[in-house]
Amino acid sequence: MSLELFNVGEPIADTTAPADVEIGERWSERKFRGRLVNPANRRKMSIIVVGTGLAGGSAAATLGEAGYKVKSFWFQDSPRRAHSVAAQGGINAAKNYRNDGDSVHRLFYDTVKGGDFRSRENNVHRLAEVSVNIIDQCVAQGVPFAREYGGLLDNRSFGGTQVSRTFYARGQTGQQLLYGAYQALERQIAAGNVEQNARTEMLDLIIVDGRARGIVARDLVTGEISTHYADAVVLATGGYSNVFYLSTNAMGSNTTAIWRAHKKGAYFANPCYTQIHPTCIPVKGDYQSKLTLMSESLRNDGRVWVPKERGDTRDPREIPEDERDYYLERLYPAFGNLVPRDIASRQAKNVCDEGRGVGPGGLGVYLDFAEAIKRLGRATVEAKYGNLFDMYAQNTGEDPYAVPMRIYPAVHYTMGGLWVDYDLQSSIPGMFVIGEANFSDHGANRLGASALMQGLADGYFVLPATITEYLADGPFEKVDDSHPAAVEALQGVQSQVQKLLSINGTRTPASFHRELGKLMWDLCGMERSEESLRKALDRIPEIRQEFWTNVKVSGDWHSFNQTLEQAGRVADFIELAELMCVDALHRNESCGGHFRAESQTPEGEALRDDENFAYVAAWEWTPENQPPVLHREALEYEYVHLAQRSYK
Amino acid sequence: MTITQGGPHSTVDQTSAKRGMNLTLRIWRQSNPSVKGKMVTYKVSDISPDMSFLEMLDVLNEQLIMQGDDPVAFDHDCREGICGMCGVMINGQAHGPQQTTTCQLHMRSFKDGDSIDIEPWRASPFPVIKDLAVDRRAFDRIIQAGGYISVPTGTAPEAHSTPVPKKDSDAAFDAATCIGCGACVAACPNASSMLFTAAKVTHLGLMPQGQPERDDRVVNMVHQQDLEGFGGCTNIGECSASCPKGISMETISRLNHDLLGALRAGARPKS
Amino acid sequence: MAKTNSVFKKVVMAVSGIIMLLFLIAHMIGNLHVFQGAESFNDYSEWLRSFGEPALPPRTLLTVIEIVLVVSVLAHMWAAIALWRQAKRARPERYVTKKSVVQTYASRTMRWGGVIIGLFIVYHLLDLTFGAANPAGTDATPYDRLVASFQNPIATTVYVVALVLLGMHLRHGIWSATQTLGQSNRRRERTVNAFAVAFATLLIAGYLVVPAAVVLGLVD
Ligand SMILES: Cc1cc2nc3c(=O)[nH]c(=O)nc-3n(C[C@H](O)[C@H](O)[C@H](O)COP(=O)(O)OP(=O)(O)OC[C@H]3O[C@@H](n4cnc5c(N)ncnc54)[C@H](O)[C@@H]3O)c2cc1C
Ligand code: HEM
Ligand code: HEM
Ligand code: SF4
Ligand code: F3S
Ligand code: FES
Repeated sequence: MSLELFNVGEPIADTTAPADVEIGERWSERKFRGRLVNPANRRKMSIIVVGTGLAGGSAAATLGEAGYKVKSFWFQDSPRRAHSVAAQGGINAAKNYRNDGDSVHRLFYDTVKGGDFRSRENNVHRLAEVSVNIIDQCVAQGVPFAREYGGLLDNRSFGGTQVSRTFYARGQTGQQLLYGAYQALERQIAAGNVEQNARTEMLDLIIVDGRARGIVARDLVTGEISTHYADAVVLATGGYSNVFYLSTNAMGSNTTAIWRAHKKGAYFANPCYTQIHPTCIPVKGDYQSKLTLMSESLRNDGRVWVPKERGDTRDPREIPEDERDYYLERLYPAFGNLVPRDIASRQAKNVCDEGRGVGPGGLGVYLDFAEAIKRLGRATVEAKYGNLFDMYAQNTGEDPYAVPMRIYPAVHYTMGGLWVDYDLQSSIPGMFVIGEANFSDHGANRLGASALMQGLADGYFVLPATITEYLADGPFEKVDDSHPAAVEALQGVQSQVQKLLSINGTRTPASFHRELGKLMWDLCGMERSEESLRKALDRIPEIRQEFWTNVKVSGDWHSFNQTLEQAGRVADFIELAELMCVDALHRNESCGGHFRAESQTPEGEALRDDENFAYVAAWEWTPENQPPVLHREALEYEYVHLAQRSYK
Repeated sequence: MTITQGGPHSTVDQTSAKRGMNLTLRIWRQSNPSVKGKMVTYKVSDISPDMSFLEMLDVLNEQLIMQGDDPVAFDHDCREGICGMCGVMINGQAHGPQQTTTCQLHMRSFKDGDSIDIEPWRASPFPVIKDLAVDRRAFDRIIQAGGYISVPTGTAPEAHSTPVPKKDSDAAFDAATCIGCGACVAACPNASSMLFTAAKVTHLGLMPQGQPERDDRVVNMVHQQDLEGFGGCTNIGECSASCPKGISMETISRLNHDLLGALRAGARPKS
Repeated sequence: MAKTNSVFKKVVMAVSGIIMLLFLIAHMIGNLHVFQGAESFNDYSEWLRSFGEPALPPRTLLTVIEIVLVVSVLAHMWAAIALWRQAKRARPERYVTKKSVVQTYASRTMRWGGVIIGLFIVYHLLDLTFGAANPAGTDATPYDRLVASFQNPIATTVYVVALVLLGMHLRHGIWSATQTLGQSNRRRERTVNAFAVAFATLLIAGYLVVPAAVVLGLVD
């Protein structure tokens, strides 16, 4: 590997999980050993929570309830709009209500295996343990989960597992869970425990004496740039899939908060691990601004196929059974249409690369419900998937009850994120990172219905229990705007904003974002190779250069200026893209969502290299034009034995 | 620029490039809450019927930015009909001619040569921030007044300890799908937020977990929506017909029923 | 505080509306006495005034009815005007373009319709109760006043217009009252609406036969 790309630094390790007890005991032991903060002292301590998705919303509510002074920030108008609201399929929990052999241990095992052995056993085990409490908590909040006629909770199965452990609320699980957290948060706001900062974007982190002590944020309505201080800072700002421009994330989803924290010293772990979701509505044209996901739960009853012949343009209903290739059922008889996402996505790409894809540009495969409708009746299918079918019809103008849906993979989730220890503390003391924004639990691939579980586990149960250890040393010395670190952070943000407005070039921020996204999809997408990544690494600095000399942002900074918001986010995506490519290039193996063309089994499956890559790659930012520094955190598997993943 | 599908088994349709629509847009421009706004006319051309309404506005905005003009501000985020952030009046209808969100409205609902009027939601509790973007935080304050179940983290009983009849939980879900977009207020001739409030009251009121606070919830939420300055509901029904999630008029009846019961039982607003 | 609650105002309207509605049913039936001839009608009118005598003072029933009605009308109007003003405040800046999706003509005319009905009531009382505005004058019998009124095309038009508006007012009002009192649900919605239409039509038809009969010369 060429040395200019990166330097290798000291290895790191997570030392906060009590390794001296059995894995099943570690979480309770950790909670027991951690110091507490007494209620009278909590009132004297403040915590900034950036983000109000499942992770941030639940954390802010819980910390507020515990008696801390919480300051909550988000960029939309209401906390209820965080992108968690869009999650459709469901949330996992090891309740074993189906009596089908599920257990905490099995959820733990499935998640480690599903993550292709690139996650920490300790974290995953804790996640599985806490999962059962989440369901109890949400039911008590009034979340209207799907129920059976007997009045008990219903479950469905999801990709990558053979048990039914997914709880759901029709196709709107994320929405309902988020509203539960949102309502809890609003209750704390009403009680005066949480201060709200709507339409406020975090633009930098303030570090004082080595501790995270505040943020610089811009009020998106008035444009005012201000500082906010606290004893600890929690980032819950979601994933960075929008580096690909087209993704299933919301238009506003960004990397800005975590990227700027990274530039202030937080390690960024496994940035190249991105998840491509197999069931999205295919792209229609170059004006397209986002991709719409169709829940993976559709694979429970829908059958995926393409014509056997390439270039077969007949109406799908006229293609006879024996001229169809149900390729997932053919290749993976045990899991069939329910193989994990990375496999389903890559196989879709393969058949399209063979020229057997359907729809515009041949970029699509069929997801067919004809058989399900025959077997279950239209009414049942409608009850299960009605809203998804409506969404598809709305988007495409086609009737999925009559004609098979067309689907294609799209970027959906980022397993990478800021590095955190077992306590969810980043490499900057006092800064905690939760939800999709951290890297913690999913390894190289996330199983369906596990992100909601992780977000709520972090926010309701884990962070509130671990942050006390840090706060037990507080309250820390007061900081205000006169502190040099605050002055520097504030000025940095102001000058960047002014710079963006002053360039006055010839291209819109969106046009840079589209170019970057296409490049990342083509060269660092579902399949990466040394060649493609090197090409990307040649091109990205040029894009960055052009951006900073030729972007055009109209308006001013002291008013509501959406182009300015967008420009700042695109600037960060460009820098992040470079690190993603470095990470993808250095990880010369395939694992989970990271598929290197050079590293595959004869059947074309991801081939891991455990000898050399069983580690977390935690990247340290170095000043401009210096290569990033790689810190390795070795991964050890005591309980789940390293094995080639197989879903045959 | 336009790729459209030709028929159920679609291929790239060559002629569709010529099918792009030319439209005249009349858009409400208002640079900040304190100045008066007005309608300004713009033209966009070569709009694909497969574009979403917001993508059409993106096209306009890119043009405006390149001309050095101020792009039209509008709220949006998920662009898949679930976050509730988007929403404008399109030709006098909240979210436009179809019962969906603005982001899910597609240009195939319009014809070449159409003229489209685009305005922000209008209600004094929703002041205009800029152009088409309005401040809907009044909705959050209605929720703060009681739109929750008080259950501190970690104190919940086992989920199966309280069965909920499927009928109730399904009906609660239907009401709980409200995305807080504000179209109901925008469409209501009285600018009433009744459907929004009723949806939440119905969702929580149908769950056994919501019973202990049921009376106080409805009294406080209705009190708050009056304080915010929303109009009173006179059962006109524009709200429900414009609601992208199809929240039914039944929820309003339920709210009224609960409110009368609560007042009779002596519940009074907190403040 | 409960008094300033917007829903409370609606309840006041619904309750007062229903009281007025009950009166209207009774009044319509009373009016149909014209078909039994002048004597019967005048007797009925007299009976109203002398009900319960001598145990009760004269005009007891009528006075009670009048008080209840006046209170109802005032309460109803107070609530209507308060809600109207609230709605105005809630949307000071109107839409440049606004289309309605389901709003019926009836619900759109509630407010102006209500005002017109109110004015009509005043006129009607001056006309038939007090006779001040009646062609036959204050001294005529109720029957004569009635016939005199409807022989006048202008007066008849005023009655017909007011009755049609009242019909629409009730068509929406009955549905609205059911909803306001929390008695509607998705299953009942259609029934309530159908009932509202049928009821309003029947009631107004019951009223209209009287002027129609006079105009057609069936009653004179
Ligand atoms: C379409 C879709 C479907 C999905 N379906 C499922 C599913 O079925 N099951 C499952 O388990 N997972 C699913 N996922 C994944 C899961 O929804 C997400 O990973 C998870 O909800 C992320 O939650 P979060 O709290 O970390 O972040 P988010 O919900 O994204 O919240 C981010 C928050 O941070 C704020 N924010 C961001 N940047 C800034 C900034 N710079 N300054 C201030 N505030 C900021 C935002 O305002 C927002 O409040 C799905 C994801 C998508 C996109
Ligand atoms: C004085 C004049 C009147 C005015 C200004 C008036 C106005 C109104 C208004 C504004 C409403 C509410 C509209 C709505 O629900 O959409 C209403 C409702 C109603 N009105 Fe009237 N009205 C008047 C007279 C009457 C009369 C004479 C009756 C008759 C019998 C009546 C019966 C009703 C009923 C039953 C309702 C429904 C109450 C509810 O919504 O809960 N109104 N009226
Ligand atoms: C064709 C239609 C109507 C006819 C023929 C009619 C006839 C009469 C007559 C004859 C009287 C006088 C009774 C008396 O003094 O003994 C009267 C009184 C009255 N009418 Fe009507 N009426 C009609 C419609 C209405 C309507 C639509 C309303 C209300 C909205 C109404 C409200 C009243 C009231 C309030 C009184 C006074 C009753 C009282 O003094 O207690 N009438 N009407
Ligand atoms: S009730 Fe419907 S229209 Fe009103 S806010 Fe909710 S979803 Fe939007
Ligand atoms: S349109 Fe308005 S009047 Fe009531 S029924 Fe809906 S809120
Ligand atoms: S942008 Fe989220 S609902 Fe339209």
